[in-house]
Amino acid sequence: MGYALNFNLIWRHFDKLWGGLLLSLELAVISIAIGVVIGLVLAVWYVSAGRAVRAVIAAYVEFIRNVPLILLVYLVFYGLPTVVDLAYSAPTSFVLTLSVYSGAYLVEVFRSGLEAVPRGQLDAGKAIGLTPWQRLLHVRLPTMLRITLPALSNTFISLFKDTSIASVISVPELTFGAQWINFNTFRIVEVYLVTTAMYLVTGYIMLFGLRLVERRFRAAR
Amino acid sequence: MSEASNANPALLDVRDVSKAFGAVEVLRSVSLQVKRGEVVTVIGPSGSGKTTLLRCVNFLESYDSGSIRIDGKEVGYREAGTRQRRSERDLASMRAETGMVFQSFNLFPHLTAAGNIMLGLTKVRGKNEAEARSIAEHWLGRVGLAHKADSLPAELSGGQQQRVGIARAVAMEPKILLLDEITSALDPELVGEVLAVVRSLAEDGMTMLMVTHEMAFARDASSRIVFMADGGVSAVGPPKEILAAETTNERLRTFLARFRASHF
Repeated sequence: MGYALNFNLIWRHFDKLWGGLLLSLELAVISIAIGVVIGLVLAVWYVSAGRAVRAVIAAYVEFIRNVPLILLVYLVFYGLPTVVDLAYSAPTSFVLTLSVYSGAYLVEVFRSGLEAVPRGQLDAGKAIGLTPWQRLLHVRLPTMLRITLPALSNTFISLFKDTSIASVISVPELTFGAQWINFNTFRIVEVYLVTTAMYLVTGYIMLFGLRLVERRFRAAR
Repeated sequence: MSEASNANPALLDVRDVSKAFGAVEVLRSVSLQVKRGEVVTVIGPSGSGKTTLLRCVNFLESYDSGSIRIDGKEVGYREAGTRQRRSERDLASMRAETGMVFQSFNLFPHLTAAGNIMLGLTKVRGKNEAEARSIAEHWLGRVGLAHKADSLPAELSGGQQQRVGIARAVAMEPKILLLDEITSALDPELVGEVLAVVRSLAEDGMTMLMVTHEMAFARDASSRIVFMADGGVSAVGPPKEILAAETTNERLRTFLARFRASHF
């Protein structure tokens, strides 16, 4: 007997998916916001610092990039509280992890952007008498942003998808909601079809929005 | 007779400046003076240190020894005779006294023509937006680009970009304007419009130190021409003297002969 698709049970529990999606977005937005701050600060520091600081920042980036996110999630949620006296909820733990994780990727994006700003522009900023901070704020960062926007969009969308890993510590985001429905209805194909569609559509909407921003900036090039 | 005893002391006074990039000596004890209102042109083969010299004058490059003074003030180093570099803040305010126009224009790509000019006026000169805007419009008018105030650099031709570059530099009311091969990156048909702007600034009495390969322009617009070779000043004098075909300076003669050969 063939498998007959039946979405009724999915719609009945759709609030799990919808609520999950909203939580996924919340996790992503908060983590990316913190990650952007980490990334910007460290990237600016990196390009102006000496060898020692550079080595420390590079070590952080390399560490994060070479350890699977799921492992970091386990480490922070189960490992860290047993070593230090800390108590946090699973969502908080995940935001903490994803922030540090996204920070490492964003340092790389911002650093390469900062280094790609043509020297002539910095010279021009110096020549009119801007101080180093003014040059950073009014010359280097705006140009860096323009250069990095495409890479930034990709990183943001990738980080949004990474929120699905929060399901392993029972954070009720979208993937966790899908698992819950699967366990309770056994409609495995339907539930993952719908969930996939939800990730896809959200990803596309994000991409579309970011491309609009890119286009605006590219016009101003 | 020393310059210092002169009634019109040098505005820019470069003395015995030397600089090496590793083992390569790019400047060998270069001295040169530019008086107020003078237009001094530096010519010479590529690699002779012309651009480096210009970049030392506003301390985009540091120098190893010697002194560069603008209006009596040492540019990159603290006065006391020590070779102690000025603070970044200090350097910024020193640089605001010189204007620089670059070979590759170097406009800020995210700002409009007016915005490029206004940035220094608001952040460095402390003007408010309205004042800065009207100064920017005045200078854009002077370089014939009043109608392009709100255009982004990407929407302008090379010649237009360079004219904005000039306006950006002079709007700061610098004591001296440094022009670094400002027509070298331009299509030949755009060179004239940029040189016309420089000429009109010279007529207004703007003090200029200019590196160029435009010999005809150097001949017509300069008070004096400095010929550099191998990082040193090889000859200085009025244009007629320096560009004369029968000069006794061997290097200069070779340079001019090669130059003429390549331009006909």
